[in-house]
Amino acid sequence: MKIMPWALPLAAWILAPLMLGIINRVKAFFAGRRGPSVWQLYYDLFKLLRKASVYSRSTSPVIRVGPAVVLACMILATLLLPWGGLAAPTTFTGDIILLAYLLGLARFATVLAALDTGSSFEGMGASREVQFAALAEPSFFLGMLVLVLHFGFSGLSNMVAGISLETWQTSGVLLILVACSWFVLLLAENCRIPVDDPNTHLELTMIHEVMVLDYGGPDLAYVLYAASLKMWIFAALVVNLLVPMRSLAPWLQAPVFLAGIVLVMVLVGIVESIVARLRLQQVPKILIGSALLSLIALIVRLVG
Amino acid sequence: MTTLPQLHNGQALPLRDIPELPLPEFRSQIVTRVRRGRRISSLFGLPDGGQIMLLAVLANDDQGMLELCRTRAQDRYPALTPDAPQAHWFEREIAEQWGIVPQGHPWLKPIRFHRCYDPGRDAWGRGPATPIEPCVTDYFRVEGEEIHDVAVGPVHAGIIEPGHFRFQCHGENVLHLEIELGYQHRGIERALMGIADSQCAPSSIRHPPSAIRNSPPGPRAVHYMETLAGDTTIGHATSYASILEALGNVTPAPRAQAIRAVALELERLANHTGDLGALAGDIGFLPTLSYCGRLRGDFLNLTALLCGNRFGRNLVRPGGVRFDLTGPVVTDLLTRLHATFEGVQNAVDLLWETPSVMSRFDGTGAVSQQDATQLGLVGPAARASGVNCDVRSDHPSGMYLSHDVPSVTLRTGDVAARAYVRWFEIQKSVEFINGVLRALPAGSVRQEVRPPAPEHVAVALTEGWRGEICHVAVTDDQGRLRHYKIVDPSFHNWFGLAMALRRQQISDFPLCNKSFNLSYCGHDL
Repeated sequence: MKIMPWALPLAAWILAPLMLGIINRVKAFFAGRRGPSVWQLYYDLFKLLRKASVYSRSTSPVIRVGPAVVLACMILATLLLPWGGLAAPTTFTGDIILLAYLLGLARFATVLAALDTGSSFEGMGASREVQFAALAEPSFFLGMLVLVLHFGFSGLSNMVAGISLETWQTSGVLLILVACSWFVLLLAENCRIPVDDPNTHLELTMIHEVMVLDYGGPDLAYVLYAASLKMWIFAALVVNLLVPMRSLAPWLQAPVFLAGIVLVMVLVGIVESIVARLRLQQVPKILIGSALLSLIALIVRLVG
Repeated sequence: MTTLPQLHNGQALPLRDIPELPLPEFRSQIVTRVRRGRRISSLFGLPDGGQIMLLAVLANDDQGMLELCRTRAQDRYPALTPDAPQAHWFEREIAEQWGIVPQGHPWLKPIRFHRCYDPGRDAWGRGPATPIEPCVTDYFRVEGEEIHDVAVGPVHAGIIEPGHFRFQCHGENVLHLEIELGYQHRGIERALMGIADSQCAPSSIRHPPSAIRNSPPGPRAVHYMETLAGDTTIGHATSYASILEALGNVTPAPRAQAIRAVALELERLANHTGDLGALAGDIGFLPTLSYCGRLRGDFLNLTALLCGNRFGRNLVRPGGVRFDLTGPVVTDLLTRLHATFEGVQNAVDLLWETPSVMSRFDGTGAVSQQDATQLGLVGPAARASGVNCDVRSDHPSGMYLSHDVPSVTLRTGDVAARAYVRWFEIQKSVEFINGVLRALPAGSVRQEVRPPAPEHVAVALTEGWRGEICHVAVTDDQGRLRHYKIVDPSFHNWFGLAMALRRQQISDFPLCNKSFNLSYCGHDL
C-alpha cells in the first residue's frame, strides 16, 4: 500500500474542523467582532466526547445509530477524493456514484433519526431537508455528467487529474459553470446562509440544525465532526475543478490545494456576512438556479 | 350621542362626575364610539359594594380627550367584543379577574391563569379544588388529516421570557396561531393596593392576610412600576408619576418634565436600535446585528449619564425627577447622542440597501389597516399598518406640549414597515432630544406631591417605545388607592402578532415576532 494517497484523507480528518473556524473568523471580522478562536470546534469536540449521551424515552435505537452512520459515510467519502494529480486511496470507475450515494445515505440516516424523536420541530426539519435535497441533487449529477463527457467515464481521480491549463484554454467556461453550480450546492448542502443559518437558535426557521437538536455528548460530536468533513468534501470538489493541478509542480500541489480550500471557506464567510438568509419559499429557486448552471454547462459541452 | 365626561391625559376627575350608566347604555356608548374611531385605552372591573363596577377609558385621538364611562355588573353582561373587537382581551381579563361572564364573547379564555379576585367566583365554574396552571386550557384546533399542531414554548431557545405559542399548520403554512401567556404573572396591580394573591405574588411583596386593603401608595410602588416591564422603565414610571401628580393636583416643574421626556426618548432609541439589530439577526444578516447591539448599549449609557442606571431606574419620581442635569453633562449627552446616531444611520442603512434583506422583510407578516384598527393595535405596530395613533401628538403632556414629535405611518403593515417606522422614530427622537436639551428650562426638578384626592379617577397615557401605556387609578374616601389598572402596549398588540401570522410560513414566525417585540411580563403584570 502506498502512503502518499492517504495524505489527503488524513489532512481532511485533521484539518476539517479548522475550516469551520476560519468561516467563523471571517464572519466575525465583517461583523466588527473578534470572534471565537479558529480552534473552537476542536475544543467543542473534545468537550463533547468526554460527556455522556442522553436519549429521550420516546426514541428507538434509530436515533443512536444515526450519528455513527453519518460519520462513517463522511469518512468513507473522504477516501474517494483525489488531490490534483495525486489519486485518492480508493479509485475505480464510477466512484463518483458511490460518493453521491454516501452523501445520500448520510442524509437518510439523519432524517430517520430526526423522525424518530417524534418532535414536530424535527419532523419539519426532516421534511425541509428532503425537499431541498431532491432539488439539490440535479446540480451535482448534471455537473458530474459534464465532467464524464469531457474526461471520460473513469474514477474521480482520473477525471480530476485531467484538468490542466490546456483544459482551461479549451473548455474553461464548462469548469467555471460547474464550479459555480457546485459552490451554491456547497452552501445548500452544508446549511450555510442564504439557504440555512448554522448559528440561529430559532427552531422554526432551521433546516439541518433542527434535526440534530436532540443530540448531546459524543453523538453531537460525531454530527459536528461529520458536518465539517462534509464541508471539506464539497470544498475539495470545487477546488479540484478550479485549480489546474496537472500544470503545477508536484511539490506545489498540496499547498495550493490547501490554500484553495481555505479560500473557499473565506468566500463562504464573505457570502454569509453580506447576504441575508432567504425566505424558505425562495430556497428552491436558488437550488434550481444552481442546477441550471450545470445544465447550461452540459448543453455547451454537447453543442460545442 | 350623549356626551361623556372627558379629561385630558394626566388629569383627575371626581368619581361622582362619571355618571353610572345602565348596562345597555354603557354597552351602546362604547360600541358607537368605537365605531366612530375611539380606541379603548382601558376597560376593567373593580369591586363596588358586592358588585363589580366596569370602568371604560376611551381615547378620542382627534380631539386629544379621554372619555370615561362606568356601569355595574353582577354575574354576566352581553359582551362588547362581537361589536367592538378591540374589547376582546379586556373582557377576557374582566372575566378572569372578577368572574363576570361576557355573554357572547367568541373565545372566552383566561389570559393570565390565576384565581378570581373575588374568592368563590369563577367565570368558568372551576372550583377551589381545580388546579389552575398556566396555559392549561383548550386551544383552537383545525381538524384534518394534513393539519399538524406545532407547540413552541414556554421555554424558548433564546434567552427570552416564557410564553406558549400553538400553531395550526398545513405543511409550512400557518392557518392559525394562538398565543397563551401568564407565566410571568406577579400580581403587581394588586400588590400596589397591598393585596397579595398567594398564588402569584413573590414573597418579597407578600403581606399578611390581615393587610389592609386600599393602602396608600407606598414608596415601593414606584419600584414595582420600574420593573413591571424592565425595558419600559421610564415609560411606566412616568405614567405612574403622572397619576400621583394628577391626584395630588401638582404639575411637575418644566425642567423635570424635560428630563423625563429626554429619558423616555432615550429608552425608545435604545430599544428601537436593538430591535433593528435583532431583526437583522433573525435573517442572518450579521453586520447590522453586531453594530446595533453595540449602539443600543451606547444609548443605554446615555440614560446612565442622566441617572447612573442604564435602564433609567430611580430617575422618575412623583413630583419630578431625582437627578438634575448639569451643563457639562448636557454637552456630553449631545456629543455622544450625535456620534451614536451616526453609527445607527450607517448600520441601519445597510438594511435598506441590501436586496436580500428587503426581499425578506417585504410582505412578511402583513397586518391590514382594518385589522389593526379593529384590534386596537398601538405604537409602531399600529403606525406601520396605517393607524395614526401616537400619544405624543394625540394626547400630549409635559414636554410634548411645546415640542412636536411628528409621527409616521406606513401602509403595508409588514415587517419592512414595522422596521422602517422604528428607523423613522429614531430620527425624530434624536431631533426631539436635541431640541429639548438645547433649550432646557431652568428651575427645580422635584417638588412635594400632596396626598391623593379622595374619590377621584386619574388617567395617564405615555407613548412608550412599544406604544400607548395607560395607567388608571381610583381612590377611596381617604385618598388611598382603591384600584390601579395598568395597560401595557403589549396587552393590545399580542393578538396583532397572531393576525400577522395568518397565511404565513411558519419559518417566518421568529421574524414577525421580533418585528413586534412584545413584552411578556408587561402583559402578565
